[in-house]
This record gives sequence, C-alpha cells and structure tokens, in this order.
Amino acid sequence: MIWTELDTWIVLTGALTAMACAVPGVFLLLNKQSMLGDAISHAVLPGLAIGFLVSGSRDSFPMLLGAVLAGLFTAVVSGVIERRGRVETGASLGVVFCSLFALGLILIRIAADHVDLDPGCVLYGALELAVIDSAAVPRIVWQSTAILLLNLTLVAVFFKELQLAAFDPRFARASGIPSGGIHHGLTVITALTTVVAFESVGSILVIAMLIVPGASAMLLSRSVAGVLFWSLVVALASALAGHLLAISVAPAWLGWLTGRQDLGSLNSAGMMAASAGLIFFTLLAASHFARSISGHGRTSVL
Amino acid sequence: MESFWRVLLLQDHNTRVVLAGACLFGAAAGLAGTFLLLRKRSLLGDTLGHATLPGITLAFLLAETFGVSSRSFLWLASGAALSGVAGMGAVLLIRKTSHLKDDAALAIVLSVFFGAGIAMLSAIQQLPGGQAAGLERLIYGNPASMTSSDAWFVLVASLLVAGVCGFLFKEFTLLCFDESYAQTAGWPVRPLDVLLMGLVVLVTIVGLQTVGILLVVALLVIPPAAARFWSDDLRVMALFAAGVGALSSMVGVVVSALLPGLPTGALIVLSAALFFGVSLLLGKKRGIIIRHLLEREAARRLVREHVLRAIFECAEEGRSVVSLEQVLAKRPWKKNEVVSEIAQLTDDGLLTTDPSALSFQLNGRGDSEARRLVRNHRLWEIYLLNHADVAPARVDRDADLIEHVLDQRLVDELEDLLDEKARERLVPGNPEKNLP
Repeated sequence: MIWTELDTWIVLTGALTAMACAVPGVFLLLNKQSMLGDAISHAVLPGLAIGFLVSGSRDSFPMLLGAVLAGLFTAVVSGVIERRGRVETGASLGVVFCSLFALGLILIRIAADHVDLDPGCVLYGALELAVIDSAAVPRIVWQSTAILLLNLTLVAVFFKELQLAAFDPRFARASGIPSGGIHHGLTVITALTTVVAFESVGSILVIAMLIVPGASAMLLSRSVAGVLFWSLVVALASALAGHLLAISVAPAWLGWLTGRQDLGSLNSAGMMAASAGLIFFTLLAASHFARSISGHGRTSVL
Repeated sequence: MESFWRVLLLQDHNTRVVLAGACLFGAAAGLAGTFLLLRKRSLLGDTLGHATLPGITLAFLLAETFGVSSRSFLWLASGAALSGVAGMGAVLLIRKTSHLKDDAALAIVLSVFFGAGIAMLSAIQQLPGGQAAGLERLIYGNPASMTSSDAWFVLVASLLVAGVCGFLFKEFTLLCFDESYAQTAGWPVRPLDVLLMGLVVLVTIVGLQTVGILLVVALLVIPPAAARFWSDDLRVMALFAAGVGALSSMVGVVVSALLPGLPTGALIVLSAALFFGVSLLLGKKRGIIIRHLLEREAARRLVREHVLRAIFECAEEGRSVVSLEQVLAKRPWKKNEVVSEIAQLTDDGLLTTDPSALSFQLNGRGDSEARRLVRNHRLWEIYLLNHADVAPARVDRDADLIEHVLDQRLVDELEDLLDEKARERLVPGNPEKNLP
C-alpha cells in the first residue's frame, strides 16, 4: 500500500463531508425523517439538470440553486400529498422522489447531448478525481470545511429549538418555537449539504453519513449532545477506515473471494459507507450483548 | 408515424417480448405493492432495490469461478435475490435488537449495502473491455435488452406473484389491517409476513431489467398509491394498482420505442406518476376534488341543521315568529352564513319569511324537519350520556331517525329519561307517526 498526498486529501475530504452530514443527520433520525436524505439525493437530479439547461454551463451556482430547490420541492410536495391526499408518509415521499428522479434521468439524457453530465458520477461520486486540483489545498476541502462549520454553527445556535421540535413538537409550538419552521430549516440544511457534498463525493456517501453515524451514536449515548459527539467520531472513523479498506484490504479480500487477480482499488466513497455499516453493526452486536449480560433493557455500550 | 404503428401493432418480435415483459412486471409490482402500501412499508422496496447491488456485483465477479456467463440474467438475478434477502434480514435484525425506528433501519441498510455494491462495481468498471456495461442496464433498467428467455422468467415470476396474492388474498388483507387480531386468532402471521416480503423481493428482481434497481420502488409505490384514491375495496384497489402498473409500463415502453435514446425505466415511472397525479385530483373515493366537495356539502348541512334547531328552540320558548337577532344569539356563528342559509331554507319551502320585518317562522314542512332534528339530537345526547360506554359503535348521528339505529324500546327509555332529566325540554313526537 502506498500512501500519497492524494490519499490524505481523500480521507480529509471524506471525513469533513461525513461529519458535515452527521450533524443534521442526528436530527433527521430524531424526527423520523431518515429516508429524507435518500429522497433528496434522488430528487435533486432534475434540479441539477434544469440548473444546467437554464444556465448552459457547469458553473456550480445555478446547478446548486436548482438542486436545493428540488430538494425543498420534494419535502413540501410530499407533505402536501400526505396531508391533502391522506397518503402515508413513506409512500408520499416515495411517489415524489421516484418521479423526480425519473424526470432527472430523462433531463440529463437531453442535457447530455450538449455536455458530459454523467448520472453515474452524480450517484457514486468520484472522490478520487475531485481531490486532484492544482491548488495547494484542493477546492473541495475548503468547500466541505465550510459546510461542516455552517452545520455546526446552526446546530449550536438552534440546539434547544431542534431538540424540542424533535422530541415534543406540540410543546415546542406552545412555547413559541415554530417547530414547522425548524423542520423546514432542517430540510434546507439537509438539501444544501447533500447537494454540496455529492458534487464531490457522490450521493451514496451522503445518504450513509446522514444516518449511519447518528444511529451508531445512539447505541453509545443517551443524550443529544453525546449522540452528536459520537456521530462525529463515527463519521471520522468510517472515512479513514473506508479509504484504507478501499485501497488495500478490500481488493485483496475480494480478489481472494472471487479468485480474480485483476481487481484494482475500490471506490472510496462506497467503502466509506460500507465501513460506517461495519461500525454500526459491530456496535449493534455489542449493545445487544451488553444488554443481555446486564439483564435489563436499553443499556448503551459505554 | 410509420414507426408509431409498427410499435403499436406489435410488428416486431422484440417489441412484443419487451412490451409483454414490462407489462407483466408492472402488474405484479402493483399487486404486491398494494399490500406493502397498506402495511405502511412502501419504502422497503427502495431499500430492497438498493440492497440487491452487492449481490449483483458479487455474482458478476464470481461468474467465472462457477463457469457461468457473467451476462446471464438468471445468474445475476440469483445474486440479487440473495443480497436482497440479506438486506431484509438486516432490517429485521435492527428492528429487533435496537430501539431505532423503522425508517432508520431502512436508511441504514439501503446506504450501507448500496455503498458496498458501488465499491465492488468500481472494481468491475476498471476491468478491461467495458464488461460493466452489462451491469449498468440493471442499475438504470433497459427492457430493450430483454431476451425471450428473460421474458419467460418475468412471465413465470409475475404469474407466481399474482397467484400467491390471489390465493392468499384474505390472509394478506387480515395481515394488513389487523395484525394483532390475526395473531390471536392463530394465523401464521410471521410466515405470511415473510412470504409477502419474499414476493416483494421477487418483484424487485423482475424489475431489475425493466426499470433498474434505483427505480423499482417506484412501481411498488406509485400504482397502489394512485389506486387508493379510487376505491376502499381492497380487491378493486389491487386490480386497479395492477392495471396502472401494466399500463404505465406499456406507455413507457411505447414512448421510448418512438423516442429512442430516452431511458425506458424513467419513462415508465413518469407515466405512472402521471396516473398518480390524475388520481390524486380526480379519484372517485379519496381524490382531492371529490373530498373538497363532500366537505363543503357536510359543512353546509351542519349549518342548515343548526339554523333549523335554533329556530325550533326559539319557538319552544314561545316565539313562533323569530327575528334574525334571536337566531344569531343562539350560538356563536357567522352572520352571513346564517342569512344565506335562511334564504335557502325559504327557497326550499321550510320557512315562511316576512322580508319587511326581517322575521320568519317555520311552516309545516319546516316544523316537522326541525322536530326530527331536535328530537334526534336530544335523544342521542341522552344515549351518549347513559349508554355510550357500553355501545358506542351504534352511535350514528347522521341517521335520519334515531329509531333507524336503536330499537324502539331503547328509544322509549331514552324519551322517559329525557323527560325526567330535563322537564323544561320536551321531546318532540316522532314526525313520521303523525303522517297520515
């Protein structure tokens, strides 16, 4: 295994993005909106395509705007279908994001006649390519640092409101906290994070890092602050472990398993998601084990 | 134009195969999705679809070892089925061993499995000779690549799904609506649940080739959700969902045959979305427009009943000729609402109005209608006070006459009770008895 400067940038970008996702992700989990990340990352596709078709360039801003609007559109329209059409939450979300994703695939196909806009790239991301940059510090490192700091600041400022809106929306409303507004704010932040992140790292890393670190942290801690802290740790650890696995262990194992010698290194973003899963399932087993030893329910591992 | 007819008249063998395969898949997905929707597990299809990727890629990589062609759909599909089942097992495991919510379990399994799949896919994409192309068609779906043997597989699988759904219709219905009752009544709830999930896995596998793993959930969710707007009868709904699924597959395939280059899977999903939009607005049972009309009608009837009762109560207090102010004082309501309702009642011939004095009184028909309302209202009040703890299910305040719901002896008893409890308010006699 050869570790170069590029590997450092890949891990750093992955870790910063993962942590940026983990922060709003904790509140998505608490609000029972875990599938929103998945939904938004599918639904932004037409937004990206329209942003591109309108502006005619791969300039980031119009595409970013289009994608964030598409993300918001998903949340709002599925809310309307749920209330006005009395369709169950999951189904109304499914209807909206599937339709938008399909529309996006078609629009991208139309746009692709003019320029290379690869749906595969949007979905899986190319972390390995994104860090190749002529600047001393690649642009996407700054970008993911910025979004991490933004999310941390927002959560620090609105910590009490987010907590109340998640645990007791009625009480929150009664005490003058607009829990609906908090929900929409969370959606905007999720959409923004998703869009900024997946341009560089691909949506699969985003979907995983929105939920898996938070869920793992919930097995470790019982307080919201504790969960936030541990989710950052898990996000960092999965990014590091993911890249290490991707360039060394995993290809070797896969080669041994399938009897092939011709396999190169694996997609880092995908492996980061997979290692987050490894961490989660290890913790799940540990917490289950700890509970069965201590003999009473709901014990955290620590 | 010529190509349009060629497609529509099924002149190409290939078109026939593709169209048949896609329609069968759409119907099977709509059928299985109906139960999924009612179990509030629509997004399980999404997780399952994504969870098939590691199985597909692993099967692809292992194909050489087992001496199978890495392009064989059946081989890749069995890999997909295995990892789909594993993903479902992981969801159940998380649900059982932690206090995380269902949606969290779905999101975790989806992203982790898909991540692992993407990682392995990237290894395949680096292989020389563009071998990954065969897999891409399963991710985005490309029914045009369907061969006759694939179509046979789709046919058998869809018939299996339809057959099981039809045969176990009653059991699945019970599972959806009252799982705990099914459990206590001794039904094999867990095996049924597993069987239903197995059908969903099967549909997902079938859908790989038609719409691809990313959009397979669409045909499990959208047609049943659209059907929900048209009927409350589960049988009708299931058939409708199957129909919408088949029809949107057909539209998608035909459109993509006419506009080559556009992804077929996406076109199928978009046509399903179109059906959903139409149903959302125009649905006969739960569509937005019909519900809006019904709500307005109900609100209007409520105002009418309130006005009639208010006038009747005024008459009971000894003023048979009532002024608007006296009615308005009866309850906190909007003035123009009352005024327009009084005008309507006058038009309908229930009130005699004196426009110059702004006063009105109940005439013969109005009086008997008001008597009916007041009588029902007061008797229901007493019934709810005295009996509703034992028989709340029999309360139907919309029934024309309380006697239509409760038996005569009970009504007599209620009348006596009402007389005892509130001597100042008498129960008007049953107006139907006074009719000649």
